[in-house]
Amino acid sequence: MTEPNQLNPARRQLLIRGAKAAASIAAAAGIASWLSDREGPGRGQKTEDRGQLPDFSAPRKDGQVLSIVAGQDRVKTVAKAIELLGGIERFIKPGDIVILKPNVGFASPPLLGATTHPDLIATVAKLCYQAKAKKVIVIDNPINDPASCFAISGIGKAATAAGAQVVMPKDNQFNPVTLKDGSLIKDWPVFYEPLAGATKLIGIAPVKIHHRSAASMTMKNWYGLLGGRRNIFHQDINGIITELAIMVKPTFVILDGTTSMMTNGPTGGSVSDLKKTNTMIAGTDMVAADSFGCSLLDLKLADLPYLSLAEKAGAGTVDYESLKPVRAEVA
Amino acid sequence: MKIVNVRRISQVFFFALFLWFCIVATVGERFWQIRNWPVNWFLQLDPLVAFGTILSTQTLYWPLLWALVTIALTIVLGRIFCGWVCPFGAIHQFIGYLGSRKKKVVEKIRLNKYRKAQSIKYLVLVFLLAMAAFPSWASTLATGLLDPIPLVTRSFTLVLLPILDSGAHLTSVANRYYEFSWLIFAVFATAVLLNLVIPRFYCRFICPLGAFLGIISRFSIWRIGKTKSECISCKMCEKACEGGCEPGGNIKIAVCLLCLNCREDCRHDLIAYQAQPSLAGETQADISRRGFVLSLASGVLAVPAVRLSGKVTSNWHSQVIRPPGALAEPEFLKRCLKCGQCMRICPTNVIQPGGIEGGLENLWTPVLNNRIGSSGCQLNCVACGQICPTAAIRPITLDEKTGQGDFAGQGPIKLGTAFVDQGRCLPWSMDKPCIVCQENCPVSPKAIYTEDVFSTVRNGIIAVKKVKDKTIEVDGGIEAGKLGTGDYFVLFEDGNRSKIVSNTDSFIEISESKQDVKKIEIQVRLQRPVVDIEKCIGCGICEHECPVSGKRAIRVSAEGETRSNDRRLLLR
Repeated sequence: MTEPNQLNPARRQLLIRGAKAAASIAAAAGIASWLSDREGPGRGQKTEDRGQLPDFSAPRKDGQVLSIVAGQDRVKTVAKAIELLGGIERFIKPGDIVILKPNVGFASPPLLGATTHPDLIATVAKLCYQAKAKKVIVIDNPINDPASCFAISGIGKAATAAGAQVVMPKDNQFNPVTLKDGSLIKDWPVFYEPLAGATKLIGIAPVKIHHRSAASMTMKNWYGLLGGRRNIFHQDINGIITELAIMVKPTFVILDGTTSMMTNGPTGGSVSDLKKTNTMIAGTDMVAADSFGCSLLDLKLADLPYLSLAEKAGAGTVDYESLKPVRAEVA
Repeated sequence: MKIVNVRRISQVFFFALFLWFCIVATVGERFWQIRNWPVNWFLQLDPLVAFGTILSTQTLYWPLLWALVTIALTIVLGRIFCGWVCPFGAIHQFIGYLGSRKKKVVEKIRLNKYRKAQSIKYLVLVFLLAMAAFPSWASTLATGLLDPIPLVTRSFTLVLLPILDSGAHLTSVANRYYEFSWLIFAVFATAVLLNLVIPRFYCRFICPLGAFLGIISRFSIWRIGKTKSECISCKMCEKACEGGCEPGGNIKIAVCLLCLNCREDCRHDLIAYQAQPSLAGETQADISRRGFVLSLASGVLAVPAVRLSGKVTSNWHSQVIRPPGALAEPEFLKRCLKCGQCMRICPTNVIQPGGIEGGLENLWTPVLNNRIGSSGCQLNCVACGQICPTAAIRPITLDEKTGQGDFAGQGPIKLGTAFVDQGRCLPWSMDKPCIVCQENCPVSPKAIYTEDVFSTVRNGIIAVKKVKDKTIEVDGGIEAGKLGTGDYFVLFEDGNRSKIVSNTDSFIEISESKQDVKKIEIQVRLQRPVVDIEKCIGCGICEHECPVSGKRAIRVSAEGETRSNDRRLLLR
């Protein structure tokens, strides 16, 4: 027997090199077979259910489904409208994280009525805090540049002044959502993240004429939760508004008809596009709220096919009078 | 036989094999056509292809497992791939030999000495691999731009073959065109001509595959080395050294190409291919830490910097139409080698090497140009995906392409959508019947239908002098014979129409008799093409056939392609 240290240097070298070579070949082969992919890449873009939006809706109370308040002062009328539904405490419990979803679609000043009025944001945020909400967050995915929209609409400033947080849309806050039994919202990016962490959702929309959908009110307002190249949905505007009304289940909605945009909607651009209609609507039934809103725009219910489509899908009631809306007037 | 002659035979053999694979990458059933020839074999042997795609996709597409053979050989024997197999290396060696044939021995020794700059290729390698790996959500496989196997493949199949075969047409029915191949040629020619400056210039200074193999050759069992530490330093061993590795002194193992010329040229038999270290000492790959860090950092930043153009996201170029089965753009760019195999195999020649209009990353990637080639993307062809060595274009079946069988639920693969340019379309704006596009649409039911209208021709409202039976007499001024084509009609004041059978300068014969006519309108019946976007698959056959031959009146762009969700055009 030869002792290892008596191996001749050449043999020794060969053994060492051989061992290293064998080890590296084994390592390469191991890694290769571990990563080896027989199938190749798939077609991709499979549509799959990746979670639904939370259900924010409040338990229904007959006689307190819809309130309609006449008056010119938004701060007073909105407070009254909420009071008529049973007061803010009916909806907001201590510790709630509340999302306000105004229409901040355009970089347009409050005077022109293309966006939700900042006074409404301030008032509703304050009411929520009075009801001991933990946090109020204002979100929208506007059509124009988000920062400009929140700044010029006055909503950003009003929200911050009332202690609410503004969350502007970032790519990583959108999650693909597939609406069960929906045909349009499939694997579609939705402004999901703020909603996933919230406990209450309040939609706040102005009353506006809209050339494609006839009118943009509380239901159309949810378009602002969609991401991606959402404008393809204009090929079926009534379908998408209906699916939005099924997908989004808000705590309640506010429809601001203090002024209504009668012409050149939904962007407006002139005060002459607006008409004083002096009405504030609040309700837990957005189909009913929007159905009432039609009257402010001098539209017939039939002009808004999405109302009956949404009713058929169980999202609310077109015949708002049957809900016995509570009415009041504030000087 | 002398070992260098064995090496030469090996180089000639593999080069010939490479050429053969270039030629047989032709659709057809003859023995010199595709059949089952392993035309991707050199690309599959290339470990840089395998390693690059591992970094970019974290998987290894299984045909690329061939790379293990090269890796194992390199680990055991050294860079035998470079010196004995690589077809690009063989070209370099041959041109370098021609260039220095008449030079003096001293000059040859000077040309083949080791240079510090030979470590530039490691920086090239690190840069390209960093681009493939980082950032993982937006990396790009750029190794193929300089990897010698894809480089030489596309240079032969997209430049040399089309030129050499332009007369005989053995490898294609008609002349092949490749829109952006002048740059492929420029790179190839530069690399080849640099051998006249320094032999094996590309291999020594640039080649990222050589750099990769050089690094893993550090474990090789057998290496070139001296059997004695002292010699007379005649340097004859460096006279024909292909790698420039200085076998006479402290040998640079990582740059030795195993050409074995040193062993041949040493007159004292002091050089051997052996399992012991050279007695004159040996050095491993010369990568400076600073150089490594710098090229890694630049590689990591390179893709994000290029993507600032937005060409992969919102600013995507609508003319970047990918072949059927291509992955969504970010995944596609992680796999495409720019080897040109899809462009070579495509029977219609519609797949073209892309330029930079779709962003820098688009260079030499496959893009459809329906103006080139024999016929758009043929409905019943999936050749490009079957040949793609990395599955950047997936090997789809005909069923998947056309949305039949198991794929009926998913519908066909759409490459884009055809748009009618009504301002250029003959029936839409020129009062000329045409609808070649509709006729050639291969989809069933057709994705192009027509709106039929009667349009009054220019100066077509005419006062009538006399009517007798089927003949209308007018004041003259009509081009004789023009209206008898079957497409022209007379519209009467009562709203009825009658087909024109023939005409002279002042007589129009119609198909039925008429009385009491004061005024007529000459009308042409037009079928105006309309695209049904739910049916259109973007194959581009309509665009190819459109008789408006410059800028076509119907053109495909990539909107609506099924490979990417965000380029959708349809709701459902």
